Order: sequence, then structure tokens, then C-alpha cells
Amino acid sequence: MSEIMGLKAKLGLDVFKHDSEPHILIKPGMEKDPRLKKAILVCPAGLYSENAQGEVELTIDGCLECGTCRLACGTGVLDWNYPFGGTGVQFRFG
Amino acid sequence: MEKFDTIVVGAGLAGLAAAYTLAAQGLEVLVIEKGDYPGAKNVTGGRIYVNPVREYFPDLWAKAPLERFIAKEGVTMMAGERSLSVNYCGEELRQEPYQSYSILRGKFDRWLGKQAERKGAMLVTKSRVDEVMLEDGKVTGVRAAGDELHADVVIACDGVLSLVAEKAGLRSPGKVKDHAVGFKEVIELDPALIENRFGLEDQEGAAHLFMGEVTRGKFGGGFLYTNKDSLSLGVVVGIHDLMEGLPAVPAPQLLDDFKQRPEIARLIKDGNVVEYSAHVIPEGGYRALGKFFGNGILIAGDAAGLAMNIGVTVRGMEYALASGYLAAQAVLKAREREDFSAQGLSIYEKLLQESFVLKDFANFKDAPAVLENPRFFGHYPELVGNMMRDVYSVPAGSKDRLYPTIKSYLGFREMWAMVGDARKVMKI
Repeated sequence: MSEIMGLKAKLGLDVFKHDSEPHILIKPGMEKDPRLKKAILVCPAGLYSENAQGEVELTIDGCLECGTCRLACGTGVLDWNYPFGGTGVQFRFG
Repeated sequence: MEKFDTIVVGAGLAGLAAAYTLAAQGLEVLVIEKGDYPGAKNVTGGRIYVNPVREYFPDLWAKAPLERFIAKEGVTMMAGERSLSVNYCGEELRQEPYQSYSILRGKFDRWLGKQAERKGAMLVTKSRVDEVMLEDGKVTGVRAAGDELHADVVIACDGVLSLVAEKAGLRSPGKVKDHAVGFKEVIELDPALIENRFGLEDQEGAAHLFMGEVTRGKFGGGFLYTNKDSLSLGVVVGIHDLMEGLPAVPAPQLLDDFKQRPEIARLIKDGNVVEYSAHVIPEGGYRALGKFFGNGILIAGDAAGLAMNIGVTVRGMEYALASGYLAAQAVLKAREREDFSAQGLSIYEKLLQESFVLKDFANFKDAPAVLENPRFFGHYPELVGNMMRDVYSVPAGSKDRLYPTIKSYLGFREMWAMVGDARKVMKI
């Protein structure tokens, strides 16, 4: 059996260039919206989580820009854009 | 104000195919890409079929940085604790011109970008398109990094979510049911080990799909492609099933568990993961296709929904290359008549219909509905796994006859359901 590599370590292998502002934002007041909870399961980078208050939080570092959360949650709860040009993930293999 | 003949948004396969073709005809083409280089934001599972697009780019393939030609095809029905695999080898797969290759987009797109530049296309990287400029309902250009850039026609090749087509008013955010998400690891491995483990000669590659337990019975499957000195191992799963299906499993765990399977673990042993990537894939097929053109704008590749899963093959890159090429042909035709209105550009849809692209989509229009059947992803892998277990097991006492053993799994209700499923599969 091979060792399981943690998600953080796996994302650490990718090349990321820091953006000055987060490219995806949870719309204010929508933190507890059930639509947003779907992102916790579907995000391949595991960037969405629920805190003790039942609010969904998003850590943008490590975003693979796959687009899954935009489809799963919708633009009603997310302000979704790609990172500024020349920032964000830069796949070397893809 | 800068004015180009054509602005292409996105340096993926569709965009670069369009730019390459137009620049070769002497047009001033600007390609705007948000990544550091073409391919920086692009992900594939890993295999491209060359035959359908060979003639569109006759000079391209001889030097293309592809990985290995696929000489072995395989599919595995994966149950919880066992699996049944079918491997296909055929002489035609080993004869030139080879039908398909494993591919890494970071390498390939960067190279294709250089070929387009060599033809005269202008490529601007690290630049995100923020706005689509409209005048009296006609797309006249885009705003990127603060600059207003104008063109006779804009070709939106900005991928599955196509914010450009959305901003031009040609589409709304896609439906979750029409999309899957793929995520994969690139695992570096000594070429000699790859060839040894997969039974390959030098340059030969293997492609393998997995269905069943890999997605916990949800719509989708696993994939494994051999590259020159790495493996592409990943999972594709329908986003709707991932959200709503039971058991609820976080996406990353599906891939972790897949890697732990003994069938997979021994193939990737001693390999080094060098990258983790993910991307949404359009999988709604013919019925989910939207508009291909508007006033002053064309849409190609994933942006137009041009990717297709028919179970045994999952294809998108040929459709991207072909639709980019055909979009370029449409621009050339519109230019002859100096008509870049929706009417003038409508020739694009006609060209798509006459090509393999929309013929394939029409032929396989029933595939998405047929493949939605959850029995393919849970029930059948378990059934054949259990059947095989009983066929191969030799107990301490006497062994039951084979026919009654198999028949015990195929009662009237099961057979009835199988016939029903088979009739649906016959639509593919």
C-alpha cells in the first residue's frame, strides 16, 4: 500500500502565483446558504469548510480554478472570477 | 485603440487551432491567455485521438510533443473487493499513423502556441479578459488588463465556463447535470518501470478506464494513461452525483482511495507525484449544446460544450482543435463578404454540422441519458465481481457446476433488468 499524501502536501507540489485579491468570494450574508455547503464535498482541492457557527468558509490558496464550485453552488452565492492575469495556478504538466 | 482582424480568447487547443489557421492565411490575430503560457490553466485526462483532425493540420503532427502512442486499451469493472478487467491489443493500434496518444497539456499547448506564433499570430499571456465590448448588440472587442482591444470578430475559446460567451449574452452559467469534474495526479515514474509494469515496448503506451467502486457507484470513472516518464491517474465524476449521491464522499478522497486499491498501488509504486490538477468537463452531449455564434462572435472548444463521454471513450481535444479550425474557416468566409454579423458567421454552425464534430454529437445524442444509469457504476461491477469470485474459487469440498453458479446470479428479475439496460445501450 502506498502512503496517502495529504491534500495540502499535494497542492504544495503545484506552482501557484499569488493574486492580490481572492478571485472567488462568498457573497456577504450567504455563508449559511445550503447551496454553499455543496462546495465542501465537490471541491477537488478541499478549500471549503464549515465552521462552528455553521458558516461555510473558503480558503482561496490552492485553488485549481476547475470551476466546480461555480456550477455546484451557483453565482447566487459566489462571486466567481478567474484570478488576475499571470496569477493563480500554473500547471506544468496539465 | 488597437484593431485586429480576429481576437481569440484563450490559448487552449480551440483557440490555438483558430489562431494557427487564421495567421497562416495572413490575418492579424491576437490570442489573449490569462496563464503564464499556453497550457498553464489547461487540464486533460490524458489522451488525444489524431485521426479526425489529421487533415486539418497536416504539418503539425510529425513534430508534436505527444507522449506515447496508445497500443493497449483496457477497462476494469471495479467492485468493492475485486475487479474484472478486459484488455485489448490490436495490430492496428501499433501501426502508423497511430490513432491516439497520451498527452500533457502543459507541454503540448505551449508548443502549439509557438507554432501559431510562427505563423504570425500574436500571443499575449498573463492577461485576463474582463469585459466583452458590445455596440448595438455586436461584439466589437474585449477589455483585457485595462486595454480596449477591437476586432472584426472575437472567438471565445475560454473553456468550459466561458465567461466570455456569458458576458456576450450567448449563454448562462451551465447546468450542474451537464458537467463532470476530473481531478488527477501526474506521477513521475522511470520509463523502464512503466514499460515493464504495463507490458509495453519503447514509445508504446496504455490507456485504462475504471468504473464502479472508484466513484462509489456515482456517474463517472477512473482513468490511467502512461506518459513518457509519468502516469496520469485520476477520477472523473458527475458533479450532480458528487453533490447528491450516497454515500457522500469528498472528491479528493475518491482519488486517494483509488490509489490505495491494490490493482493501482502496484502500478504507481515508487512513483513521485509531481502535480495535482482538476477541471470541469462538459458532458451534457448534443442536447446540452448551446449557441455557437452571435453578432461578431464565435464559440469553440469546451466553451461551446464540445466534449463527449460515450463510456468507452471520453473525447474533447479533437473537437476543440476541429471547432477552432472551423471557426477560422468561418471567419475567412465572413471576411470575403465583409459580413461579421450573426448571419455572416452562421456558416460556422453549418461547417460544424458537415464535419465529424456535430455528426458525432448527433450520433451519440442518447449516450448521456443511457450512461446516467446507476446500475453501470455500482450494480454491474459488483455482480460480475461476485460471479468471477465463484467461478474461480475452489472450496475445500466439491465445487459446484459452473452453469448453475452463474445462473444463480441471473434470476428472472436480473435478466429482465439486463435486457432493459441492453436495449438502452443499443441506442449508443
